[in-house]
Amino acid sequence: MSTDVTAKSPAPAPPGKSGAGAGQGLLGLMLDGLRRNMRQYGMLLALGLIVVLFAIWTDGDLLLPRNVSNLVLQNSYILILAIGMMLVIIAGHIDLSVGSLTAFVGAFAAVLTVQHGMSWPIAMVLCLLVGAVAGSVQGFLIAYLGIPSFIVTLAGMLLFRGLTEILLKGQTLGPFPDGLQKMGNGFLPEVGPNTNYHNLTLLLGLALIVAVVWQEVRDRSRQQEFALDVLPTRLFLLKLTALVAAILVLTLLLASYKGAPIVLIILGALVVGYGYVMRNAVFGRHIYAIGGNLPAAKLSGVKDKKVTFYVFLNMGVLAALAGMVVAARLNAASPKAGVNFELEAIASSFIGGASMSGGVGTVLGAIIGGLVLGVLNNGMNLLSVGTDWQQVIKGLALLVAVGFDVWNKRKSGS
Amino acid sequence: MAGPVLEMRSIVKTFPGVKALSDVTLTVRQGEVHAICGENGAGKSTLMKVLSGVHPYGSYEGDILFEGEVSQFKDIRASEQHGIVIIHQELALVPYLSIAENIFLGNEHARRGLINWNDTLRHATELLRRVGLDEHPETRVTDIGVGKQQLVEIAKALSKQVKLLILDEPTAALNDEDSDKLLDLILELKNQGLTSIIISHKLNEIRKVADSVTIIRDGRSIETLDVKAPETTEERIIAGMVGRDLDHRFPERTPHQPEEGAAPALEIRGWTVHHPIDQQRKVVDDVSLQVRRGEIVGIAGLMGAGRTELAMSVFGRTYGRYAGGTVLKDGKEIRTKTVAEAVGHGIAYVTEDRKHYGLNLIDTINRNISLTALKKVAKRGIVDEHEERQVSEGFRKTMNIKAPTVFEPVGKLSGGNQQKVVLSKWIFAGPDVLILDEPTRGIDVGAKYEIYTVIDRLAAEGKAVVFISSELPELLGMCDRIYTMAAGRLTGEVARAEATQEVLMRQMTKDKEVTR
Repeated sequence: MSTDVTAKSPAPAPPGKSGAGAGQGLLGLMLDGLRRNMRQYGMLLALGLIVVLFAIWTDGDLLLPRNVSNLVLQNSYILILAIGMMLVIIAGHIDLSVGSLTAFVGAFAAVLTVQHGMSWPIAMVLCLLVGAVAGSVQGFLIAYLGIPSFIVTLAGMLLFRGLTEILLKGQTLGPFPDGLQKMGNGFLPEVGPNTNYHNLTLLLGLALIVAVVWQEVRDRSRQQEFALDVLPTRLFLLKLTALVAAILVLTLLLASYKGAPIVLIILGALVVGYGYVMRNAVFGRHIYAIGGNLPAAKLSGVKDKKVTFYVFLNMGVLAALAGMVVAARLNAASPKAGVNFELEAIASSFIGGASMSGGVGTVLGAIIGGLVLGVLNNGMNLLSVGTDWQQVIKGLALLVAVGFDVWNKRKSGS
Repeated sequence: MAGPVLEMRSIVKTFPGVKALSDVTLTVRQGEVHAICGENGAGKSTLMKVLSGVHPYGSYEGDILFEGEVSQFKDIRASEQHGIVIIHQELALVPYLSIAENIFLGNEHARRGLINWNDTLRHATELLRRVGLDEHPETRVTDIGVGKQQLVEIAKALSKQVKLLILDEPTAALNDEDSDKLLDLILELKNQGLTSIIISHKLNEIRKVADSVTIIRDGRSIETLDVKAPETTEERIIAGMVGRDLDHRFPERTPHQPEEGAAPALEIRGWTVHHPIDQQRKVVDDVSLQVRRGEIVGIAGLMGAGRTELAMSVFGRTYGRYAGGTVLKDGKEIRTKTVAEAVGHGIAYVTEDRKHYGLNLIDTINRNISLTALKKVAKRGIVDEHEERQVSEGFRKTMNIKAPTVFEPVGKLSGGNQQKVVLSKWIFAGPDVLILDEPTRGIDVGAKYEIYTVIDRLAAEGKAVVFISSELPELLGMCDRIYTMAAGRLTGEVARAEATQEVLMRQMTKDKEVTR
């Protein structure tokens, strides 16, 4: 009953909370905010640290516009998978089949467009549909027949890998039509006068900044309207500045090369969309509820089976999307594509704060986790570290991240 | 009486930011049963954790003298080596291992890592005889009831050469019969010279087994009373626990006046449910009952009488296999096949097991409250977080949930506050009928009173309340009518005026006598 403690005498109210914070420095406020949101900010800080370290070790090569652009392209599919995987893990499940499924969808796309000359937009829709069907079959088995997700998706992993090889007859198929290639390698088109920067990317960046600032300010004023606690003004301004600066730097980096990769736009839309759903939509809440305590969620009227079903259906669709991106990027469908992708996506989720027992995690966390792995990959490539050592280091990174999380939780006594 | 076997002097235990124990002194004499009582959150369990080495030496201030020596336990093993064994509220048995294996878990009769089964079984049989448990030691623990499992825990403690046995709310999960058995065993062991400390909420138990009682309030030891002394009444103990006289353990309420002609808010007819696994067995057998608006109707019964099973099967068929019966709301037959349907018809079920069936412990107060009726704070599938927060802040205030903000994880709250969150979430759902299953189980006297007040208010607002409870005084204090159940059947209906503990108990045990 050590848990009684908090109830009796509430933990000392964090001083920055009331917004008064008189006499307290900005740094103090920041540290305080950090302490209270260790989980969210911890990994972001770690990511920042890794970026800085590698930037130093590679004499700044890591942050060259070309490399940043590359980094996005290289990791996009893992990040797409990580978003779906995060949802699966929050719901208290796991999906081992996504690597094979990406390969299968890539192969399917190749068969449609390369062998049968189908136009790429139709092929794309069909591919997403295949992903949805694959995901919903697995989801049905897991949600309605109650077969453990580990088993179902382990079977799926073998099955889709086999089907990929059957479909491709062991061969590599390519090249893809231009439209599909753009998904993996393309950039936003050039428009307007020559400014040394990529105009459309600049515009998008500016639009994003306006949107973010507007959203944050509106949110804050709504909070005040409901007479709820808000972030102290100085801290709020600092947060806004940091956000704007981050977007600006990324925009300028990308705009001074070829502009924003198309896949980054897709990814950005996914992050915003899924982040919003997980935070604000009833569906998202229900995912957290069934992952946190299934019996209690059931007794609260949550349709747990339906939610689980849709989580897996969604994973299938995202795997299909990732499959097309991978195939487009390599400009070929290969039977060996997507090997270990599921594990990278799972690792990204756990580095980003998911819990083995479900109920915890955020979409942004999955992205941060994926970026940690991605920057490690990219940075070590620049330093010509062999893949052997790369794996060792990535394994350690996973252990350290989750270990830190566990340690931090134990320290806070929960 | 013999001298003290245990002295805890001015114990202070601080957690980051919180003082859990600010000054506790406890003296336990050799060979007595010493009760510790206090509200939830008073620090009883923390004190026992300090004593048993869960909080190691050095992490607290003050001295522990056991058998005249200052103890410096660094962990549970160390305290067990000295003969202090604690049995926690939640039993720590491995369900798929046998009784004997559980008794000697971590303490096996083995040579060079190989278990000597003959010794193990012989010794286990001996211990089982000592605790009066008539089961084969090779039976799996999962196959015996909770009451017997408790006895296995005690056998396990005895196998460790226990000198001081600590029982943390040992009867919380037991029915009356098993509780009595357990208490008798504690007295029997006392006669054999064993000293024990028992933490309990149940004052009648304390009266039955304890020699003295130490009252703890807000992390301080308030007083130690001699239970056998005539002036130590239940009221006296309660007064010590809450720090004020509790003349009224229940809020005053004006009995419900039935409305002429109005159909009952909820009516159940001929409800029959079979056991989910053993499908021949009727767990609920042809039960019919009704509740009107503004009425509080109790359901009394011993453990296994089928009260929870009745409630859960009506509420979205969340228990057992439906075998017949209808549910009527305001005179019209309704479908309650799923939880969503039941909730849609304005029925709410507040579970008896808040940790497993009531709350998402890792999530916040805010999100736990809104879960049952997210649609109320959402537009087109999107939750309005500000409105949601306002709603839950409202409940935090009106229900007096003690937490700094609504963003506190529910798992960190005390039992009473968790119960308030469960109630809040169902009140938020806006039901007409509330089925409350043991709403005050395992919570302290002060919080109980608050819960009673809330229930009262709900009835006054015109909601129909079904109140399931194992504590008869509570039913007598709160209900307008009380149904009794035994072995799945309804055995009686008693109006407030005629209801006494004796009358109810007779009805609750009726069926058993017939079948015997």
